[in-house]
Amino acid sequence: MSKTPVTPVQVTGTVLTTRRVDAYHALTVVAPGIVERFRPGHFVGVAVGGPGTSMLTRRAFSVHDVKPDYGGTVEFVFTAGGPGTTWLAERRARDTLDLVGPLGRPFPLPRDPVTCVLVGGEYGSAMLFAVADALQRRGCRVDFVLGAASADRVFGALRARRMGETTTLTTEDGSLGMRGRVTDVLPGVIADVRADAVYACGPMETLRGVTAVAVEFDIPVQVAVEERMACGIGVCMTCVLPVIGDDGVTRMVRACVEGPVFRGERVRFDDVGTIPFDALGAPGGGTRHAG
Amino acid sequence: MPVDMRTYLGHVELANPITTAAGCAASGAELAQFFDLGRLGAVTTRSITMAPRAGRPTPRMAETPSGLLSAVGLQGPGVDAFLARELPWLAQRNVRTVVSIGGGTVAEYTALARRLTDAPGVTAVEVNLSCPNIEDRGRVFALDGAASAEVVASVRSVMRYDVPVVAKLSPDALDVVAVARACVDGGADALSMINNPLGMSVDTDAMRPALAAVTGGLSGPAIRPLAVRCVWQVHAALPGVPIIGMGGVLTGRDAFEFVLAGACVVAVGTALFHDPYAGLRVVRELEEILAARGFHRLADAVGLAHRPPGATTRHRTDFEESPL
Ligand SMILES: Cc1cc2nc3c(=O)[nH]c(=O)nc-3n(C[C@H](O)[C@H](O)[C@H](O)COP(=O)(O)OP(=O)(O)OC[C@H]3O[C@@H](n4cnc5c(N)ncnc54)[C@H](O)[C@@H]3O)c2cc1C
Ligand SMILES: Cc1cc2nc3c(=O)[nH]c(=O)nc-3n(C[C@H](O)[C@H](O)[C@H](O)COP(=O)(O)O)c2cc1C
Ligand code: FES
Repeated sequence: MSKTPVTPVQVTGTVLTTRRVDAYHALTVVAPGIVERFRPGHFVGVAVGGPGTSMLTRRAFSVHDVKPDYGGTVEFVFTAGGPGTTWLAERRARDTLDLVGPLGRPFPLPRDPVTCVLVGGEYGSAMLFAVADALQRRGCRVDFVLGAASADRVFGALRARRMGETTTLTTEDGSLGMRGRVTDVLPGVIADVRADAVYACGPMETLRGVTAVAVEFDIPVQVAVEERMACGIGVCMTCVLPVIGDDGVTRMVRACVEGPVFRGERVRFDDVGTIPFDALGAPGGGTRHAG
Repeated sequence: MPVDMRTYLGHVELANPITTAAGCAASGAELAQFFDLGRLGAVTTRSITMAPRAGRPTPRMAETPSGLLSAVGLQGPGVDAFLARELPWLAQRNVRTVVSIGGGTVAEYTALARRLTDAPGVTAVEVNLSCPNIEDRGRVFALDGAASAEVVASVRSVMRYDVPVVAKLSPDALDVVAVARACVDGGADALSMINNPLGMSVDTDAMRPALAAVTGGLSGPAIRPLAVRCVWQVHAALPGVPIIGMGGVLTGRDAFEFVLAGACVVAVGTALFHDPYAGLRVVRELEEILAARGFHRLADAVGLAHRPPGATTRHRTDFEESPL
């Protein structure tokens, strides 16, 4: 599997702006060095808690947007849940923030001007706009399907409407768009727009469903997965999931360097959180090919 | 005046005392994206096993106060791929490489050592004794002095004479000094401590263990006092044996603490997850601290905290300051 094509850098950035977007927080950080290297699908590893922090692991956030202003800014969108994201939600303009990035394998882009459906679940949609921009610059047609539990958790509906040829929204409580999940409406959208490819980011359950739909239509699907990460740079080996390689062998690969973007059909979604018996190096046998 | 940061692991000289901790720097290539690994005293590899290993299921980690609980399960490519790709990559870059090995039986450790004997680029071998002994109902080698000594003696007997064998100890042993002594009697040229003590965390939302493996190894500053205690006790009992100290080193101050307790090499592990430059930064900060305290040589600070109360520090009595 290919290595990270760009070299990440560590930057002590300065928070430029903070904003609330419905259920989400968004931070824009002046982070020169990261912006020039950024490609859609990359994420950043953020140190939390300030100097002398008791929180040793970095938090991973997909890059929502980069801009050339002030030498380069990076924006990411997040929900405040645990102690790290709660600390981040308390950051104010001019605070400093330690970022490492850009990290991970970005989305591969099609060579031809094809039609792509971009599917986002919850804050997963935040990373899709950079993808959409890159696709449109290649002459691709872009259609959005965004969904979440409720209206305040659907991120970027307005922007999707502006950028996409069509935008379909879903909420589980019916407070916005169609009641249901993105996977309920995806087959209809793929058929209507005659999609050639699908790009998706969101919870694992969503990615599993999206992949199943794309496989049904026999079109390529690229998914950006989320696994618990401690370092984001490939050294801790905690973020692994079972992925089938080009040689047909399943390996426990690191979401942070071999991913987070994978071809959907290569990810063994049903086996995430386990070591499949036929994975390379699985206990009690497995495929014993070297490497 | 710059401080002489050279140190010795057995008879092998390292340019400075900082290494990565086993299993915390993957293949080395990941950190090399940030800086030249040759600027560290050494790089310690993940524990290499005979066969490729897929490791433990996820979740493999949970953050705890000033600590990290992890259960990776020695995921790695196996010795063939290590020798074919990872070791040559490090050797080409002239990185001093301490190869960690892990096994389930004495025979497996020995077979691994045999594979490493002719491999170019092995600076030292670190025997990870915190592996379950298949022949003793999965009891971890490091808990038992006799079992540890048997592994060390066997590895020592097949390893090239000029490659030091380091025994890595666990703080979970009832008497770490006894295990240390057994390893040295078995032929260990140096000792390394501490490996992760066993810990556990319960996810109070899911109301289940936080890790798929239920228990995991604790690392980070949360274990530093435990690690310093082990280094202190072992250095007091075996003052002539080189010690690689580790456990929660985040800064040069922390490394200095290990040096004062008796370590001549200090490993940086979990800190790398927070700061990829941690190793380099610790080298620089340690040198600054030594210089600020008037040391000319790192070696003069090793074990210095053991001097009797009231005694002057050894480094002050050097010729430049003495009336001779
Ligand atoms: C590639 C990638 C991109 C992501 N992008 C976003 C995003 O754009 N917006 C957003 O809100 N969240 C995103 N996440 C999830 C985000 O990293 C976690 O929500 C966050 O780390 C939780 O931190 P905490 O302190 O609130 O929680 P805690 O539970 O205290 O976190 C403890 C530890 O577990 C890790 N962890 C916990 N949950 C996750 C998780 N879901 N994914 C990865 N690590 C986790 C943390 O990194 C930390 O090391 C992304 C995750 C990945 C892997
Ligand atoms: C994710 C992780 C993986 C580790 N893997 C190994 C290993 O393969 N072999 C080994 O001897 N120690 C391993 N260790 C233990 C470390 O080398 C070190 O002894 C311990 O973490 C204490 O140092 P620290 O607090 O600086 O991390 C691992 C530790 C962590 C956190
Ligand atoms: S998060 Fe550390 S290896 Fe992926």
